Amino acid sequence: MEPSTEQAGAGNGIEALARTIEARVSGVRRLPSLAQDLAFEAEADRLLEVCRALRDTPELRFEELMDVAGVDYLHHGREEWLTSGATRTGFSRGRELNAPPDPDMPGRFAVVYQLLSITHNARLRLRVVCPDTREPVVDSLVDVWSSANWFERETFDLFGIVFRGHPDLRRLLTDYGFIGHPFRKDFPLIGNVETRYDPEKKRVVYEPVSIVPRVLAPKVIRHDNRYEPALKAPELPR
Amino acid sequence: MAQSTNDHPLAEIRNYTMNFGPQHPSAHGVLRLVLEMDGEVIQKADPHIGLLHRATEKLAESKPFNQSIGYMDRLDYVSMMCNEHAYVLAIEKLLGITPPERAQYIRVLFDEITRVLNHLMWLGAHALDIGAMTVFLLCFKEREELMDVYEAVSGTRMHATYYRPGGVYRDLPQSMPKYQPSKWRTRKEVERLNETRSGSMLDFIDAFAARFPAAIADYETLLTDNRIWKQRTVNIGVVPPERALQLGFSGPMLRGSGVVWDLRKKQPYEVYDRMDFDIPVGTNGDCYDRYLVRIEELRQSTRIIRQCVEWLRTNAGPVMIDDRKVRPPSREHMKGDMESLIHHFKFFTEGYDVPAGETYAAIEAPKGEFGIYLVSDGANKPYRLKCRAPGFAHLAALEEMVRGHMLADVVAVIGTQDIVFGEVDR
Repeated sequence: MEPSTEQAGAGNGIEALARTIEARVSGVRRLPSLAQDLAFEAEADRLLEVCRALRDTPELRFEELMDVAGVDYLHHGREEWLTSGATRTGFSRGRELNAPPDPDMPGRFAVVYQLLSITHNARLRLRVVCPDTREPVVDSLVDVWSSANWFERETFDLFGIVFRGHPDLRRLLTDYGFIGHPFRKDFPLIGNVETRYDPEKKRVVYEPVSIVPRVLAPKVIRHDNRYEPALKAPELPR
Repeated sequence: MAQSTNDHPLAEIRNYTMNFGPQHPSAHGVLRLVLEMDGEVIQKADPHIGLLHRATEKLAESKPFNQSIGYMDRLDYVSMMCNEHAYVLAIEKLLGITPPERAQYIRVLFDEITRVLNHLMWLGAHALDIGAMTVFLLCFKEREELMDVYEAVSGTRMHATYYRPGGVYRDLPQSMPKYQPSKWRTRKEVERLNETRSGSMLDFIDAFAARFPAAIADYETLLTDNRIWKQRTVNIGVVPPERALQLGFSGPMLRGSGVVWDLRKKQPYEVYDRMDFDIPVGTNGDCYDRYLVRIEELRQSTRIIRQCVEWLRTNAGPVMIDDRKVRPPSREHMKGDMESLIHHFKFFTEGYDVPAGETYAAIEAPKGEFGIYLVSDGANKPYRLKCRAPGFAHLAALEEMVRGHMLADVVAVIGTQDIVFGEVDR
């Protein structure tokens, strides 16, 4: 197997690839991205069809699924420490808790696939947003790419996104009997339970965490004028 | 269900389940395998992973960008700087900055030193698993020299935190630490050990690169035509190229199956496009071919190291971008200038903001494609960080690779996959 030596990712190649995808694959929409990247969003109910087309169309041939990442957009763009509002005594230095976001907000969960075409030396990022936030479900891609198997198990484990049609959707990374989905933004960093050895019961017991969560470095968004063109982009990838 | 003819009822023969690991020397860390066996033959293998899960990605979401560089070392803890490399590349892509040329050469140099470190570890452990003790000792002897290079440049032997967005932390040192005579080391022995350490670090690396091919030849004498080695690796864990692509393989696992794919050549980053090296490719996709591919990669890495050393000797220059947003002020300024002190404080507590957007940066790590998918919402911390670890995809294919093989071959397949749990469990 002798793949092409020139990279479709550079310069005009990426635009040509984008046009090919728009012409040959239906059910996708281009997302804004860095100039050297290419990102598309697939409609959730046509995901399988889109992926088969991306893999089998001779001009595309995305033979490899390199990565699957879940994303939880619950806190996207929310700062923990506003320093813009000055009071009579100066800038407030206390941590201001904003109103908690709605955990059922639409479009909260998304799954991001990184595809690689060995034949054409090209990369593509494909995103699909889970249509229902309360029960996030997307189609499993195990039948299209075998590597999706563990990647989807991991995403299910960490985000609670269910993959319809997955042959063996079990937890992968967390402990046996773990409760919750730890990479969701509303899951605390320190967790919910802690373990210790109980000498009376002569076994390890689970207890609610005893330490208070605290923020060491608050999340700050400074509207840096160097990135003004980026801020003015018509629609940012969320 | 076999019923003997002379009316002696035999026990019903059925598959039995066997537990392998997590505390097993050839499980390469904390792999637990639940094996379904038919006698000595494996019918089904179910790897249970996550025993080393530290939620690196979630931790990184709670810290300013620069504070997570050290976490990257701890992912694949035998190829430390390569992990850092992917992470700083992702940040640099979002910031839209490029490190100075000298920093790019230093990064390539250390990526290749890391590849040699990783492959030596792999070769030693793989050979030890299959029963060759000598190779392990020989590999660790060479590894020690390169560990000294790590220590000289960053201050630590393993978790370097040397790469920074915008360059590397500091320039290469002008001298190497030397051995001191003690009651266990005679003056004569110390002199021999210090022979290559009298010059700069580049001299030391050059001396290493000059004699390392002879060491590779030694390993090959012990293994390549060894009858036992071939019996244990030839036609074990065969992966045809189509399956390798389906299973998301990368690096030597993919090249062992005959697919010509190396990110250093195909999607070059830093100054790899100026380097002269070859990509070794296997034909059968078995453990032996992957062994040959990695051995040849050791040689090719040595070639790249020598080219980098040559360039770095003659071209001085900055190793960090001159951008005050990503580079802390010098200690000298900090001590005498109030503005620099404030800048220093803000830089190390709050950090810098990265423009909103998302990107995926991948490098050819020793084990395969190590990628970082980074989402930023314009804050001083990553919004979402996902590490694409090559070992994760490889281990997922373990069942397919060992099914139908004998129990002892599981160890050979784990070895050939070059599994490190730091990156699989993250």
